[in-house]
Amino acid sequence: MSAADVMGLLLSLLARLITGTQGHWKGCPPTAEQRIYFANHQSHFDWVLIWAALPKDLRSKTRPIAAKDYWTASPFRHWLTREVFNAVYVARQRSEDQDPLEPLAEALERGDSLVIFPEGTRSNKGDPMPFKSGLFHLAEQFPQVELIPAWIDNVQRVMPKGEVVPVPILCTVTFGAPLHLGAGEDKRAFLDRARDAVIALRPRAT
Amino acid sequence: MNFNKLRDLSVDEQVALLFVTLFGLLVLVSVASLLHSLRDTPSAQGEAARRFGRDLRAVWIGTLSFWLAWISGPVGATLFFGLFSFLALREFITLQHTRRSDHHSLILAFFFVLPVQYAIVATRHFDLFAVFIPVYVFFAIPVVSAMAGDPHRFLERNAKIQWGIVVCVYGLSHAPALLLLDFKGYTGRGAFLLFFLVIVVAVAQLVQELASRWLRRRPLARHISRSFSARAWFIGAFVAAWVGALLYWVTPFKAGQALVMALIAAGSGTLGEFVMKALKRDAGVHHWGNRVGVTGAVGLLDRVAPLCFAAPVFFHSVRWYFKLSL
Repeated sequence: MSAADVMGLLLSLLARLITGTQGHWKGCPPTAEQRIYFANHQSHFDWVLIWAALPKDLRSKTRPIAAKDYWTASPFRHWLTREVFNAVYVARQRSEDQDPLEPLAEALERGDSLVIFPEGTRSNKGDPMPFKSGLFHLAEQFPQVELIPAWIDNVQRVMPKGEVVPVPILCTVTFGAPLHLGAGEDKRAFLDRARDAVIALRPRAT
Repeated sequence: MNFNKLRDLSVDEQVALLFVTLFGLLVLVSVASLLHSLRDTPSAQGEAARRFGRDLRAVWIGTLSFWLAWISGPVGATLFFGLFSFLALREFITLQHTRRSDHHSLILAFFFVLPVQYAIVATRHFDLFAVFIPVYVFFAIPVVSAMAGDPHRFLERNAKIQWGIVVCVYGLSHAPALLLLDFKGYTGRGAFLLFFLVIVVAVAQLVQELASRWLRRRPLARHISRSFSARAWFIGAFVAAWVGALLYWVTPFKAGQALVMALIAAGSGTLGEFVMKALKRDAGVHHWGNRVGVTGAVGLLDRVAPLCFAAPVFFHSVRWYFKLSL
C-alpha cells in the first residue's frame, strides 16, 4: 500500500466520521459506466464528499477538476491532487490558443469519469447559480458518456465559507437519473435543464 | 448451579460467565430465526421477520461492542462510549437548524467538551465529572456564541446546543462512569451495574411497546406520541422493576433495593424516550438519522436516547446508595 492509498483511506474515514457520507442512488445504480457527475457547489468539502460516497472501485476512475495554479503551488497540494485524487488540472486564466476544456476531453477519451461543478464557483445562498457552458460542450463532444446530476445537501453547515475546521453534521449526496442532450437542443435550454435536474434532487425541507 | 457457587467465583470469572450466557442466548435466537427464515412465509410475516432480523443484528452489535469495551479496559470503554456520544450529538445537531454563527460553539462542543468529558471519566476524576458540563460548559458555550456577534435567536440557538451536549455527552458519559467507578466491596464489578441498567431499560421499552399495542389506551399526549399512555408506561416500568429484582444477585443491592433501583432506571429511560419523541415532533421527523432514511444508517439516537436519560439518574441513585460524597 502506497502513501497515497493510506492518505485516501484516511480522508474517506475522516469524511465518513464528519458527514456520514451517505450516497443515495435514486436515478441510477453506482456502476462502472463512464460518467460525468455534475453537482451544486457550496464548499471545499464537496469533492471529498462525492468521492467518499462512491463505491471504492469507482473512486480511482472518477476524477475531479483542480485549478492548476492553486493545486500545484506547493509539493503537498500537488501530491494530494495528483497521487490521491488523480485530478485533472485546468488553467484558470484563459489563454488565446488553448481550449480550457482540452484536459477534460483528454481524460474522457481515456475512459475516465469526471466530477464537475458547473456553477464555476461556490454559492452559499439558496439555489445554485446558472451553469457555465462547459457541461454543454462536453455533452456535445461525448454523447456516449452518461451525465449524472447530483445534489450535495447540508455541507455548507459543515464548513461555511471562510471557516477552516469542519463541524460534524450529516450530509447526503443524491444521484439522479442520467440526462441526455437532445438533438439540436439549445445551449442555454440544456444548461437550465441540467440545473433544474440538480435542484430537483434537493431533499425537501422538513 | 446455585447462587452461592456463583458468588464464590472471582470477579473475572463472573464477568466471563455473564458474557458466555449472553452470547449463548444470542446464538440460540439467531439459529432459531435462521431456521425460521428457511421456511416459506407470507410477505406480511416476511416484513416482520426482516425487522426482527435488523433488531437482532443491532443487539449482536451492541453485545459485541459491550464485550469489546469490557475487555479493552477503561480506555477502550471510554473510547467506545465517546464514539457513541459523538455520533449521537452529530445526529442531534444535524436536525437542529444551526446557523453560521454557531460554528465556533459547535467546534467547542464536538472537539473540546466531548473529549474532555470522556477524558475525565477515563482518569476517574468523578468530582469534576459531575460538574464539568453543568457548570463550566454551561457558562462557556454562550460566551463563545456571543463572541460570534450574532444576536439573532441567541437564547434559542444556545439552548439547542446546551441541550444536545447534556443529553448526548453528559448523559451518555454516565454509562462508562458506571463501569469505572469503584464502590467499596464492589470493586471491578461495574460491568454488572451497566448490564443491569441496559437490560432493565430495554425490558421497560419492550414491555411498554407491547402493552400500548395490547391495551390501546387513550394516549397521554396525542400530539407527541399516539402510543404513549400512562398505564403502558407504568406496566413497562413495573415489569422492568421485577426483572431487576430477579437480577439482584449481579448487583450490590438486596432484592427489594434492586427493585426500586430498576424502577428508577427503567421509568426514567422510557420517560426520556417520550421526551425525545416530543423533540422529534418539533424537528419534524419520525426517526433520528437521515431524513430520507431509505438507504441511510438507522438513527443511532433512537437507540441510545433512553440510556442517555436513564444513565445519569441511575448513576446518582447508586452513588447515593453507597453514600459516596462528591
